[in-house]
Amino acid sequence: MSGLILASAGATAVLGLIAASRAVDPGFEMHGWMLFAAAVVAVFAIIRFRDSVIVDARAPEVGGVPNYNNAIIRVGVIASTFWGVVGFLVGLTIALQLAYPALNFDLPWTNFGRLRPLHTSAVIFAFGGTVLITTSFHVVQRTCRARLAGLWAPWFVLWGYQLFIVLAATGYVFGVTQSKEYAEPEWYIDLWLTIVWVTYLLVFLFTLAKRREPHIYVANWFFLAFIATVAMLHLVNNLSVPANIYGSKSYSLFAGVQDALTEWWYAHNAVGFFLTAGFLGIMYYFVPKQADRPIYSYRLSIIHFWSLIFIYIWAGPHHLHYTALPDWAQTLGMTFSIMLWMPSWGGMINGLMTLRGAWDKLRTDPILRMLVISVAFYGMSTFEGPLMSIKAVNALSHYTDWTIGHVHSGALGWVGFVSFGALYFLAPVAWGRKQLYSLRLVSLHFWVATLGIVLYISAMWVSGILQGLMWRAYDKLGFLEYSFAETVAAMHPFYIIRAGGGALYVFGALIMAYNIWMTALGRVRNEKPMGIEAAPALRAAI
Amino acid sequence: MSQQSSQRGFDDVTKTETTGHEWDGIRELDTPLPRWWLWIFYACIVWSIGYWIAMPAWPTLNGYTKGILGYSSRASVAEDVNEARAAQSGLREKFLAASSLSEIRNDANLLEFALAGGRSAYSVNCATCHGSGAAGAVGYPNLNDDEWLWGGTLEQIAFTIRHGARNDLDEQAHNSQMPAFLKDGLLTRVQVNNVADYVLALSRRDGSAGSLPGAVVFRENCVVCHGDNGQGLIEQGSPALNNDIWLYGGDRDAILRTISESRRGVMPAWGRILDEVTVKQLAVYIHSLGGGK
Repeated sequence: MSGLILASAGATAVLGLIAASRAVDPGFEMHGWMLFAAAVVAVFAIIRFRDSVIVDARAPEVGGVPNYNNAIIRVGVIASTFWGVVGFLVGLTIALQLAYPALNFDLPWTNFGRLRPLHTSAVIFAFGGTVLITTSFHVVQRTCRARLAGLWAPWFVLWGYQLFIVLAATGYVFGVTQSKEYAEPEWYIDLWLTIVWVTYLLVFLFTLAKRREPHIYVANWFFLAFIATVAMLHLVNNLSVPANIYGSKSYSLFAGVQDALTEWWYAHNAVGFFLTAGFLGIMYYFVPKQADRPIYSYRLSIIHFWSLIFIYIWAGPHHLHYTALPDWAQTLGMTFSIMLWMPSWGGMINGLMTLRGAWDKLRTDPILRMLVISVAFYGMSTFEGPLMSIKAVNALSHYTDWTIGHVHSGALGWVGFVSFGALYFLAPVAWGRKQLYSLRLVSLHFWVATLGIVLYISAMWVSGILQGLMWRAYDKLGFLEYSFAETVAAMHPFYIIRAGGGALYVFGALIMAYNIWMTALGRVRNEKPMGIEAAPALRAAI
Repeated sequence: MSQQSSQRGFDDVTKTETTGHEWDGIRELDTPLPRWWLWIFYACIVWSIGYWIAMPAWPTLNGYTKGILGYSSRASVAEDVNEARAAQSGLREKFLAASSLSEIRNDANLLEFALAGGRSAYSVNCATCHGSGAAGAVGYPNLNDDEWLWGGTLEQIAFTIRHGARNDLDEQAHNSQMPAFLKDGLLTRVQVNNVADYVLALSRRDGSAGSLPGAVVFRENCVVCHGDNGQGLIEQGSPALNNDIWLYGGDRDAILRTISESRRGVMPAWGRILDEVTVKQLAVYIHSLGGGK
């Protein structure tokens, strides 16, 4: 088996060499060399780690506990933390660029147009994606009581995905893009991701197949829906014809309004299945584990799972209200978004109500606090989403900063916080430590980041509504009241507040990186346990 | 499959049955669906079905269901545009027919219509180059003063807006071109330096210019367009040089560069983009900014 894997890595190296030597543009040549370098590293890694990987996988169970693949979780936790910090930093950079355009530095590589997709891809795909791979690998093993399927396959998924991230990110900076929002990587990077993703699906399915539990836990339904649907979205939206087989440029199979609809079908369901279903999978494992309480309602989990995945896939056209998209498609996009409200909230109810009988833990457990506040932000943004899909509301909110605020209440509040909670949970488990380095630092992270989010989204609400009202203001004779430049000037103070909120969020992530690093080293901070200082006050009150 | 799955458990804290399964220590309560959740879900579905009946909604083999309200976004936009036009009823026609500035000035409604429309169209179309306050920038003329390259009467301003300058799109566009005196070898470097000093002195208006060596160069090369005293020539769009108003900067380096390499300011032919009413509104608005003649 390892021989075959070695041969594949060797063949990939040759492929990279051919691509680099025959490339017709510098971007493709750079990526050819990167593929070559990655494959050469893979060859050496396979030879170096071959024995230990095989021995690990064949190790017998200890005391009825399967020998879980924890090594991959350790790598995943480090990679997730790294990409989180990088993605948030790029976000802070572009937030500052919007407030102070001079920070574009008049260079092609650093201008907003290239850094913005770098930010979105770094946070959604690099950070979010690595968190999803890491947590799903942990959850599926533990809830199936089976070691992750495959010797090399899980490692290929994790490292292959990292290569995808690096190829995509360097492409953006050097101008290699197919200009589809959230699907910017060019055709050959898409092909690479397809190979990685299909392997991911197979690893997940084979692990489920060899489970030693009679039923499949709900978190795994969500992970499976996420993996399968993202594969479909990725394949359809990226259908394109390369202009040259040795070049980075390609042309989409779709054009005009069909292209727009395909793009938003993809992008909206990237939100639905990547950032919602996938992270609900995380919620369904880590909230009950951390709270040490049963899931609130099994029946609710079934109904909201199936209604969520059935309804979400229709809602994409709400991104194209009042455009060339036919009226009937706009209607369907809007009504399905409204019907999506309760299926989305099913996850929030199951998350929050799982704390019944454990609410007191919020006082002493900042990790649980982080997980619970993430579910609260999830509830808020899944109410705001249907609200903004109503055409009358959308007429005001569309194209404004309100959308940016909405996305970030979901991204920073829900996706970010549920990921942080999961990473804090995983770090001691993956490194076999008794506890995290410091709970007080988790609490600090929680407050700093929450303040950051509040600054961010309230600034964007005010700025977005202001912007929308200025755009639609007419005088009594029917002439536009404000020029576009005047609306841009009006945004300036809010852009500064937003950047301040972003800076706090980055700072919080750095605290987390330090905490996880020290946990990995096996250190424990000498600090007072959480909740101690509240006790005398409580006694006095009684 | 084990028997475990059919054995239900009980959670003492919430006094609720569990499904009896356990994964890595996680159990599930068998709580019924929250009623409020279910009823709101149903209500959203019923509302959506109602919306589908009212509005264009489902594709069919040969079209789509139109909805009983007969809504279409095209018709809705047309209605809004008609409403906006109605608010300007009579004014557009009367304004277009007005042949002189005084005619517009003497009718308060017409003047308000012209200035409001002109201000709005200016901020959308012109502010990008000429600035929000029309103060201009390097290469883009200030529209607040009474210094005009191509003339400052209402008709001249309207002509400039309509046809633009050096845009290769409109045959009537203003189209003069100053030679690149050094680049094209028309003057030596010494001559260019001399004439730059002369132009600087001319702009100071202190009478010292005539005695400079550049005076001869100026007379032989520049007066055709810029006039004997550097007063400029509107027919050629040649700027006056005997004042301290500069389009590309009035320091010695900027003047040297203008003489050496020439300049070529371009303005779009807005008549090809905006309708005649808007062009005329813009002309009245710009004329009113302070420098109209």
